[in-house]
Amino acid sequence: MDKHLFAETGSLTRFVLRRDRLRIPIWILAFAASTLLIAVAFTDLYQNAQERQAIAETMKNPAMTAMVGPGYGLANYTAGAMMAHQMLLMTAVVVGLMNILLVTRHTRTDEEDGRIEMVRSLPVGRLSNLISALLVMVFVNIVLALVIGAGLYALEIESMDLEGSLLYGAALGAAGLLFAGITAVFVQLSQNARSVIGLSIGFLLLAYIVRAIGDIGSEAIAWLSPLGWILRAEVYVNNYWWPVLLTVGVALLLGAFALYLNSIRDLGAGFLPSRPGKTRASALLTSPFGLAFRLQRTGMLAWAAGLFLIGASYGSVLGDLESFFADVDIMQEMLVQTEGFSLTEQFIPMLMSVMAIIAAIPAIMVVLKLKGEERSERVEHVLGRAVSRNRLLGSYCLLSFIVGFVMLSLAGLGLGGVGLSVMEEELALSMFFSAALAYLPAILIMAGIAVLLVGWAPKLTGFIWLYLAFSFIVVYLGGLFQFPEWVVELSPFGHVPRIPIESANYMNLAVLTGAAAVLAALGFVGYNKRDIGR
Amino acid sequence: MTILQTKGLIKKFGDFAALDGVDIEVEKGEIYGFIGPNGAGKSTTIRVLLGILKATEGQATIFGKDAWKDAVDIHKRVAYVPGDVSLWPNLTGGEVIDLFVKLRGGNNKSRRDELIRKFDLDPGKKCRTYSKGNRQKVALVAAFSSDADLYILDEPTSGLDPLMERVFQECVLEAKAQGKSILLSSHILSEVEKLCDKVAIIRQGKIIEKGTLRELRHLTGTVLLVETKQPMPQLSKMKGVAGIEEKDGALSFQVDADELDNVIRYISGFGIVRMESAPPTLEELFMRHYEGAGVGGES
Repeated sequence: MDKHLFAETGSLTRFVLRRDRLRIPIWILAFAASTLLIAVAFTDLYQNAQERQAIAETMKNPAMTAMVGPGYGLANYTAGAMMAHQMLLMTAVVVGLMNILLVTRHTRTDEEDGRIEMVRSLPVGRLSNLISALLVMVFVNIVLALVIGAGLYALEIESMDLEGSLLYGAALGAAGLLFAGITAVFVQLSQNARSVIGLSIGFLLLAYIVRAIGDIGSEAIAWLSPLGWILRAEVYVNNYWWPVLLTVGVALLLGAFALYLNSIRDLGAGFLPSRPGKTRASALLTSPFGLAFRLQRTGMLAWAAGLFLIGASYGSVLGDLESFFADVDIMQEMLVQTEGFSLTEQFIPMLMSVMAIIAAIPAIMVVLKLKGEERSERVEHVLGRAVSRNRLLGSYCLLSFIVGFVMLSLAGLGLGGVGLSVMEEELALSMFFSAALAYLPAILIMAGIAVLLVGWAPKLTGFIWLYLAFSFIVVYLGGLFQFPEWVVELSPFGHVPRIPIESANYMNLAVLTGAAAVLAALGFVGYNKRDIGR
Repeated sequence: MTILQTKGLIKKFGDFAALDGVDIEVEKGEIYGFIGPNGAGKSTTIRVLLGILKATEGQATIFGKDAWKDAVDIHKRVAYVPGDVSLWPNLTGGEVIDLFVKLRGGNNKSRRDELIRKFDLDPGKKCRTYSKGNRQKVALVAAFSSDADLYILDEPTSGLDPLMERVFQECVLEAKAQGKSILLSSHILSEVEKLCDKVAIIRQGKIIEKGTLRELRHLTGTVLLVETKQPMPQLSKMKGVAGIEEKDGALSFQVDADELDNVIRYISGFGIVRMESAPPTLEELFMRHYEGAGVGGES
């Protein structure tokens, strides 16, 4: 090996593994545990072919295809086919996210903070850092593939044979490697870690959306997205290995391309030009609120676009829904429980609840940003001037409220706007809007808890994400797991009236909003009492 | 008039006492040096004074107001520069300066531009591209372009080059000339010596010495360099003499102020060829307090 490029790659690789000796096992275990648990849950819930076939019928609609990918083997919906259909894509997206975060962490983040400079001053090759990060990702994805593959096979579920199980794991690992490769390329392009993560996640979402459009409409478009490739392995149905090999091949090419780019650039530089900035602050940026907004503007714009797109892509399938369900008797028996409402109308609150939980993420992020600012020792610049703690925290609360409102509105309008254009049914756009805004109090509760944590226990703010994940599980997978009602009601999202099939329950909404206000107020009390920056 | 005062200030983090009874007072128009090694409690004291940390016990007042309760009122008249300036990576230096000036209230554009020129800062660059020294310049420009009555500067020059350090010293002296008060925490002793009227030395959360430089020197005494025709056999045994060293055929030693007269009489009996006297440097004062005492502590 060429010494000036590759020296000490081995030690750096071990060093990366050492730094992530907890992080990596936790990720892998989390993937393995959730995958295996869901596989077991599927076999428990649907114990015979008949029950599975009934579910298969419900899956035969464009909305499901857009969400989880094309259903292979729907004609003979085995537990394996079900697993691959309903879980593979979602899991692959999260595996992609893991790869994005890990690669950035060990490359651009270290470079931006000046740590790579220290490493490079030692007798270490120019490419050793990037190679060691990529080697670790190869290792992580292989282990992930093997653990999940072996785990699924070990469950001894009839339709999950050894080959299919290994292919399931391999598809996940291959998707992971591909996003590691993409991220490695973005690391060379942009000078800072935040925009690397932003670009990479943007690519991930784009891949998901392109695949959704392709899966509904044209196979050719689906082939534009790497997430589309791995689904075409038809795991547990036909077990094609070549799409996985294709994905790995492209991942390797991307890795090689990233290494080439890395070898021709200066340390700390990126290929995307950095524009000269303003020498004066705009009028907007001269208050705590303006600062809070400015710091998160880009991210929030991306979230806003994302939520509108998600709403629009769900909306685009609403038109086919009715005609589709009309043909399938079994569907009508299953879904038509509420008299006087069309299938579309019953579908809307379910879509809205999922989008509301997604919309809660940016609203929570806004509040937690204040804690990030504190940890980076930047809050003292603001509090060290004539700004009270109430005004500072209040600015973030106001922004969180606005973000929650805007995100929900965009999701509702995206769903309604595009939905109405493709539907024959006459529904009011305002109905979509109120179905969306009904979730605002639930989002405010989440933001209120975030304020409470920032005020009293800034080290425990991670709890809010667990609670949101719990809410997602009970609301989104609630039907699947048949949770009792009280479990669902542990989440604020379980208390929201399902407009339009339920009427707006203003009492509930007022209580939720009041509770959110109380939580936030308690947070203010704590924030005024505690030390900053410890 | 006392601008800033702490009385018996104690700050505990769990069981550890970062501040263990800190008493300092800054008078109007005075530059007050606050010295001690890293981790002795300088920054903690300053953070309590800014109302960012809450004192466990004791009082901290600025302009006669409580540093914790009346933080916002106080901050309208205070300019603060932290030692390790962490800025928003995606804002430019110019934007940050404007933001800081606005958050305090007040707006002095010509002063701002003049200072940016003086400190040789490029305000159009994103903060992520700034070195430590440039980030400090951003904080300094924001501080000195605001019309404050009290400047709290926490190791403000640790990243500046000598040219910029001089600009900084000009700014501080200019502020003093306008009757402003300055609390300057530092471990660059030559800087403190040059600028400060009074000094407090902190060690492990306690103020161990404070006063004007003259008072402190009086405590330590004078450094003499003496060359005599004949050797001085009894010198090392004399009261008040310490730290004898040989330098270029002469002897250098410290003499306590009270014994100076006796010592000079004794020396003059040996035929003085050369004699130089100098006040002890702040460094010598400082070292005297720290040597053998174990340095610092955790902050």
